[in-house]
Formats: sequence, structure tokens, C-alpha cells
Amino acid sequence: MNSLYRWNFAPVLDNLDVLWVGAIGTLRLFVICLVLGFGFGLVVGLGRHAKASWIHLPATAFVEFFRNTPVLVQILWFYYALPILLPFQISPLVAAALGISLNSAAFSAEIYRGGIESIDRGQAEAARALGMTAAQAMRRIVLPQALRRMLPALTNRGIEIFKMTTLASAVAYVELLQQGKLLASLNFNPIETYTVIAVVFFLCLFPLVQATYALERRLGRADA
Amino acid sequence: MTTQPLMRVQGLEKNFGDHAVLRGIDLDVMPSDRIAILGASGSGKSTLLRCLNFMERPSAGVVELAGQAIGRAAPGKADPGRRSYDEAELTRVRQRVGMVFQQFNLFPHMTAIGNVMEALRTVRGQREAEARERAQAELARVGLADKAAAYPARLSGGQKQRVAIARALAMDPEVLLFDEPTSALDPELVGEVLRVIRSLAEEGRTMLLVTHEIGFAYHVANRVLFIAEGGIHEQGTPDQVLKHPSEPRTRAFVDRHREFDF
Repeated sequence: MNSLYRWNFAPVLDNLDVLWVGAIGTLRLFVICLVLGFGFGLVVGLGRHAKASWIHLPATAFVEFFRNTPVLVQILWFYYALPILLPFQISPLVAAALGISLNSAAFSAEIYRGGIESIDRGQAEAARALGMTAAQAMRRIVLPQALRRMLPALTNRGIEIFKMTTLASAVAYVELLQQGKLLASLNFNPIETYTVIAVVFFLCLFPLVQATYALERRLGRADA
Repeated sequence: MTTQPLMRVQGLEKNFGDHAVLRGIDLDVMPSDRIAILGASGSGKSTLLRCLNFMERPSAGVVELAGQAIGRAAPGKADPGRRSYDEAELTRVRQRVGMVFQQFNLFPHMTAIGNVMEALRTVRGQREAEARERAQAELARVGLADKAAAYPARLSGGQKQRVAIARALAMDPEVLLFDEPTSALDPELVGEVLRVIRSLAEEGRTMLLVTHEIGFAYHVANRVLFIAEGGIHEQGTPDQVLKHPSEPRTRAFVDRHREFDF
């Protein structure tokens, strides 16, 4: 560490528009992966919970495969290897969205399954005893209670997804880190640039996390 | 004139793996019957009740509801008495056979009236206003009109069980099954629940009641079954079974549980 280093943020701040473009890309990828990951994760999680083995075995295989391979490898595979197997090109956005969404689906599926299985069996039984179908009992009685319990774990997943978007820079998708790399190599100032990138991520995530804490506290009160 | 049984149970068996819990139960439930089911824990009395609304699927035997046998015969090599059940049919059966649980099983994320309205809305497809009016009437019947907006966490055990009874009644069940409805309650809360059940009995509702409250069974039931080792060990009027039991096991059970003068 050179204590004589003179920090100079001016070249970074002069190029905020470049970072802004990256931030839009990050946000777009985040929203896509959040919706697809949590949505598909619910499907897989319900599949894991199913009794029929032709449903829960594929769901379990999916979860284990995507939990035990690195997201970066998946993104690179979708970008470089999949187009060889398929007759079309895959854009950096699609490759990154596939890798991150499928990985998040695998992790959130386990959260959903755990949440569903933490709800007392008597709840589903009472619903079925009233003549509700299994799907109605899940949707109206079990899931609303389970989601409340899962909120902290899902929040963590959401934060992970936000940070995982930086992996898309490996296939040159335009997001914050990719734009930062660009600036750092043009201006030869990686120290300042990456500092700013880190601060931007913190400023995005910190308020988000505080908001979910507040939401958890409110739901916790309603439970009592 | 002979009346048709509302429910007829023939040769009902239930195994959990190698463990035979019910070993051939025959039972006719006539309209307005109030059948108390007694027996030691583990005798199979709750399993019997749970087979009648198919919370458990019988391993063998036939359950008829108003003359209609439920399920189709699907004999296997090892068990010729096996039947197959269609989930949609069982859902329709459960709409006609209500159940009240030992642990209440109220939906904690809904208010008392929300609990009663839920199946009216989702199963009956009633509109909000219609369901609310019916639910309010059922809450009033169990003496909880003023607790409509309360969440279950704010209710006592006795109030919770009364909401659960209102929830079952709202579906107009032809038969009501009570699975030890007062066993999870503090002693001082038992009375309010038993009073509600007794008023339903006096209305002529058909009910089966698994209970340890022998005094209550004596006064409210018209028939008493004593279950032991998965079979009906002794049955008859409350006077026969509870005051003059002919089987030594029944006598021993009644003596152990005699907490009330009757």
C-alpha cells in the first residue's frame, strides 16, 4: 500500500454517464433474474414437495445440478457451448439471465420447499376437510403462511442475485462492472473506478435491505 | 318403514405399513345419530373417524354416503378388498362430511370470520357479501358474533374451537366428525365447547364424536362404540355400554375415566 498515492476521482466522475448505462443494464438483468429465478423456483420447490416420483425426481436433479455448479461456469457454458448445440446465437443478456436465473431457481426452490414443509400439516388437512382441492389448500392456506416465514431467506437470495449480475461481465454484457472495466482500462485508474463501483452497489443494496427488515418487523407483529 | 343409513361402513381396515390399526369395522350411521366413540389411545378411534372423510384412505372395506359407495373396487393380488379413490370424488365427499380437529387448525393468517368464509368463497364460489352474511350467522350460533374480526392468536382455546365448529357448519355438512374436540383445552374451557356440540345434537344433526368425556357422551350420544385393538369391542346405548358394560375391558375403561356422576 502506497501512502503517497494521490486519489483522483475526477476521471470517474466525468464519465458517470458510462456508469449510468451500466446501472441500467444491471437493473434490467436483476429484475429478469429475480422474476424468473423466484418464479421458476416456486415451480421446482412445489415439484420437490410432490409425492409422485416422476415430478419430484426431476425437480431434485435440477436443484442438485444447479446448486453444485458455479454460476460463472453456467454463464460461460450458455454463451459459448450452447450455440454449438443449438442453431442460433445467444446474446450476453440471455446467457447471463439463464445462468443466474436457473441457479437462483435451484436455491429458492429449497427455500420454498423448506417454508412449505415448516407449516403444520393440520393446516392443509383443515383446508382439505372443508372440501378445498390440494391446489386451493396450497394457494390459499399453506403458501401465504410459508411465504411470510421465507421472507428473510428470499431477501438474502435477492441480494445474491443483485451481486451475481456482475458475473455477466464475463460475457461482455453491459452492466456496472463491465462499464467500470471499460473506464478503468481507458483512464488507467482501476483503484478509483472499482471503488466507485463498490460504493454504487452498496448504495443500491443497503436501502433495499433496510426496507425488507422493516417489512419483516411488520409481518412479525401481525403474527403475534 | 326403514330409513336408509346416512353412512354405511363395511369391513373397514386401515394399515400403516405392517401395523394394522383398523381390523374390520362395520357401522351404520342413521340420520340424527349421535355416536360417541370411546377407546384407549392407540385403539384406532381417531383413524376410524379420519377414514370417514378420507383424510386417511382405507386399506380395505367400503364406505357408503347416502347409499353411494365411495371409490371403485380395484382388487390387487395381495389384497382383494382394495379400492381406488379419485381425488375429485373425495373432495366432494369432504364437502358433505365436516370435521372438527383436536388442535382446531384455524388458519392463523385469517380473522375468525375469514376462517369461516374461506371455503364458502373457494369451494362454494359464494360472493364476498353472501359468504360474510353466512359466516356471521355461524359465528353468532357458536356465540362469537363479537369476535368476527379477531385473529386466532387473540382467541382462547375454547373460542378457537368454536370458530372451527362454525367453519365446519358453514358448509352444511350432512355428517359432522369431532376428533377429540376438547382434549387440547384447559379444563375451564371445555364446557363452552361441549355446550355448542350439545346444541347441535339437539338440532338433530348427525355426528360422530371421538371423546374422553364419558359424562358428555352419556348425556348427548344415542349410541356408544367402544373401540379396542382396531375393532368395535362393544356397542349399544349409553346406558348399556357406560353403565352396564358386558365386556371386562369396557368396564375397566369406563371405571378409569369416570370423572362425573351420571
